[in-house]
Amino acid sequence: MLYYTLKRLALAALVALTVSFISFGLLYLSSDPAIAMAGETASDADIEAIRQLYGFDRPILVQYFDWLQRAAAGDLGKSYYFRTDVSALIGERLPTTMTLGVCAITFAILLSVPLGVAAAIRPNSIIDRIALFLSVMGQALPSFWFALMLIVFLSVSLRLLPTSGSDTWLHFVMPTVVLGYYAAPAIMRLTRTGMLEVLSTDYIRTARAKGLRPPVVLFKHALRNAIIPVVSLAAVQFGFMLGGSIVVETIFALHGAGFLAWESITRNDLPTVQGLILVFSLFYIVLTFFADLINAWLDPRIRIK
Amino acid sequence: MSERVLDVENLSIKIPVIGGMLHAVDNISLHVERGETLCIVGESGCGKSLTSLAIMDLLPKKAIRTVDKMSLSDADILNFSEKQMSNVRGNKMGMIFQEPMSSLNPSFTVENQMLETLSRHRNIVGSKAKALVVQMLEKVGITPAEKRLRQYPHQLSGGLRQRVMIAMTLLCEPELIIADEPTTALDVTIQAQILKLMKDLQNDFNVGLIFITHDLGVVANIADRVAVMYAGQIVEEGSVYDIFDSPSHPYTRGLLSCIPVPGKIKRGEPLGSIPGMVPSLVGDFSGCRFSGRWSVADEQLEGADIRLVAVPDESNTFKVNGSETHLVRFCCQDCLKKSYNSDRRKAN
Amino acid sequence: MSNENIATTAVTKASIYTRFTGHQGVMIGAFIVIAIVVVALFAPVLAPHDPYHQNLLTRLIPPVWDSRGSWEHVLGTDHLGRDYFSRLIYGARISLLIGFGAALISGLIGTIMGVMAGYFGGRVDMVVTFLITVRLSMPVVLVALAVVAIVGGSLQVVISVLGLLLWDRFAVVMRSSTLQIRSMDYVAAAQAVGCSTKRILMTEIMPNVVNNLIVIATLEMAHAIILEAALSFLGLGVQPPLPSWGLMVSEGKDMMLFEPWLITIPGVALFLLVLAINLMGDGVRDITAPENRN
Repeated sequence: MLYYTLKRLALAALVALTVSFISFGLLYLSSDPAIAMAGETASDADIEAIRQLYGFDRPILVQYFDWLQRAAAGDLGKSYYFRTDVSALIGERLPTTMTLGVCAITFAILLSVPLGVAAAIRPNSIIDRIALFLSVMGQALPSFWFALMLIVFLSVSLRLLPTSGSDTWLHFVMPTVVLGYYAAPAIMRLTRTGMLEVLSTDYIRTARAKGLRPPVVLFKHALRNAIIPVVSLAAVQFGFMLGGSIVVETIFALHGAGFLAWESITRNDLPTVQGLILVFSLFYIVLTFFADLINAWLDPRIRIK
Repeated sequence: MSERVLDVENLSIKIPVIGGMLHAVDNISLHVERGETLCIVGESGCGKSLTSLAIMDLLPKKAIRTVDKMSLSDADILNFSEKQMSNVRGNKMGMIFQEPMSSLNPSFTVENQMLETLSRHRNIVGSKAKALVVQMLEKVGITPAEKRLRQYPHQLSGGLRQRVMIAMTLLCEPELIIADEPTTALDVTIQAQILKLMKDLQNDFNVGLIFITHDLGVVANIADRVAVMYAGQIVEEGSVYDIFDSPSHPYTRGLLSCIPVPGKIKRGEPLGSIPGMVPSLVGDFSGCRFSGRWSVADEQLEGADIRLVAVPDESNTFKVNGSETHLVRFCCQDCLKKSYNSDRRKAN
Repeated sequence: MSNENIATTAVTKASIYTRFTGHQGVMIGAFIVIAIVVVALFAPVLAPHDPYHQNLLTRLIPPVWDSRGSWEHVLGTDHLGRDYFSRLIYGARISLLIGFGAALISGLIGTIMGVMAGYFGGRVDMVVTFLITVRLSMPVVLVALAVVAIVGGSLQVVISVLGLLLWDRFAVVMRSSTLQIRSMDYVAAAQAVGCSTKRILMTEIMPNVVNNLIVIATLEMAHAIILEAALSFLGLGVQPPLPSWGLMVSEGKDMMLFEPWLITIPGVALFLLVLAINLMGDGVRDITAPENRN
């Protein structure tokens, strides 16, 4: 198990490094980053000032290593638009996004795992068809449109929930649903498939032959094994939610990292964008790393010897 | 003083499949006494596994079970609800399966899986339960038991896993154990060990054992009585001595001739085999199930010293040499005629 | 055939055609997709008005089913007086172009990478797997937004960016399919006879991975369409005055409380198109490789 962990760690580090290089390089797609940041109306003097301040006149590799060095120390540069440290900015906004993400994935799991289990117990029954129907519908629903529809119905027509801001927990209800529903179909299908497979194994037959009660067979014996791949998937979906949070936070005006992404992109605040891409990627990497570990730990066949 | 542990009369199993209804098992009857081993022998697909599942009421949902009588000791389990059956399974009646590699849950320790049987049926938990589990593991030859308790199934060999399965089945001291080819997936040397173990344990616990196998060598080893199954029917049944001394059904003789005996078989001679294949039992099957499966060896039936006495009320069923317990059954008149000319058959 | 085999073997020897027409999902999906494609192709003929023609006198007219609507503008008009029905029809072109374009580019990249990795194994496989992991670690939406912001938004840019980002699933699935096929006997036979690598790839491997390829292609097409809609909604995709459905929703959202059709109509169109494509993809998978269900 230790060796497995170390191997994974080394791989994760390598991936992180590569991603950092790519995310850094992306910003040089524009012919001149200084002009991109300053905007079209800026004077030559302003542009030159930016160039000096950010060191855009140096060779790219030098800039990269410099940036990498400072990033490793936690310094992601200065936001041109917000006039503060990028790290501080991101640090301030990230908790909101994390809260939203946790709520969303919890919502998705609470919705899809029971549905998947129920569908697997009675394949081709009404509940199975409903589950599959909902999953097909969910996958086709564009999140931004769903968000707007929810706002129209719940906020305006029914006056149940607030439209924007992040003051109370009520503000998180619609964003949670909009962010979470997209992960639900995949989790539901995996749970269903996993349970169907597990329910037809020999050891479930043994459990029944031992006279164990149906809930015990289902939850202790079957689900325990079927849930292993689902945990990994949930972790990965949680990672995707960072990307999804950009749309959701922007629509609901939640001041999280996703909203920051939109704000900084539309204002060509390159350092912040760079910082965000790095942070988001690192988050994915760490998340999948832990997902792998949990996966391995949950299966005694990998955990022991 | 033996008592009847299992009594099954006229069990049939039908399964709807694409193409019609599969008559997997057709009107078979079985019984087992305490302390007795009944071996059900037959080739793959003859319905022996389905029979065992039917007794446990663990058939797949699609399958249709019809049976006139099914009783476990004095309890009429035929009409038991699922709840009542689940109280019986693992408790009064246990089952051991063929694949020890996959029959245990890979995510739980041996201890966990054994303890849950005790807590489910006997409400015994804690140190008392653990002591019982240790005792049982030692009884099946697993020492040191403590070490194995903490291990997961994948850390045990196939033979060890099967021992664990046996121990688990015996925990609640059942009256009947059904073992579905428990040694088929094991090495030959381990096989012998497990067979001896099962026989010893049967004596200790005085449990009725139904042992399903396709291996006549195993039958000769442990059986008290034998039921030969073919194409969903029991074609011959009797004590193990009856079956081996005077096999009366051409299928039984065919099975016996398949065992190569060193000394008896000459080098270069083809090994005995039963030609043809098991027929498809889908739809209204009314033809001869044994057609195309006759071989040269069966011609010798004519010369065998076998007297058949018809059993009243059962078509095509005969007592062999007058014995009440040695019966042979033919699927149709053609088989009967081909096996025996009319001189040998004596009407009752 | 033994009884157990009969019980477990599907007896259907129906042809591919029959299996397709018998599958509900595929038929519904295909019908909708084909309908939308036809509408998009014949847009100039079908659209009653010029989708770019603005007329402030006819702004914000509701669709025909509202009391204030009329058949002149079946689905109403937007805030600039442009006919919504015409914009919807032309918008189909954009979504379809994005879908096909992005799927094509990402399909090409991903398939080449996946098949190479699966066939050659070893170092090639290691590199490709590493690249896939790197790609999976990058936040697609964020990167796409950033690139479009820097390079400028347009149809071509969006197709290119999405094409360059969405190849991962192609690579993963093509790789595992190739690995599976490669281990089969007929490939070994071809190698034994001395066929060149390229020939083996073309004649033995490709025909057998095509099923999975089609399934993934449909899924990624739908994915690209939704992504473009989201990007355009955020202002960083296709630029106005193009009638991208996502852009139409964005333009309509300020007025969505009083003129809800402005967002419901393009939203429903998106939903239907993506649903239909997904149904087709699922259906093809059910028919050709039910074991890959997940």
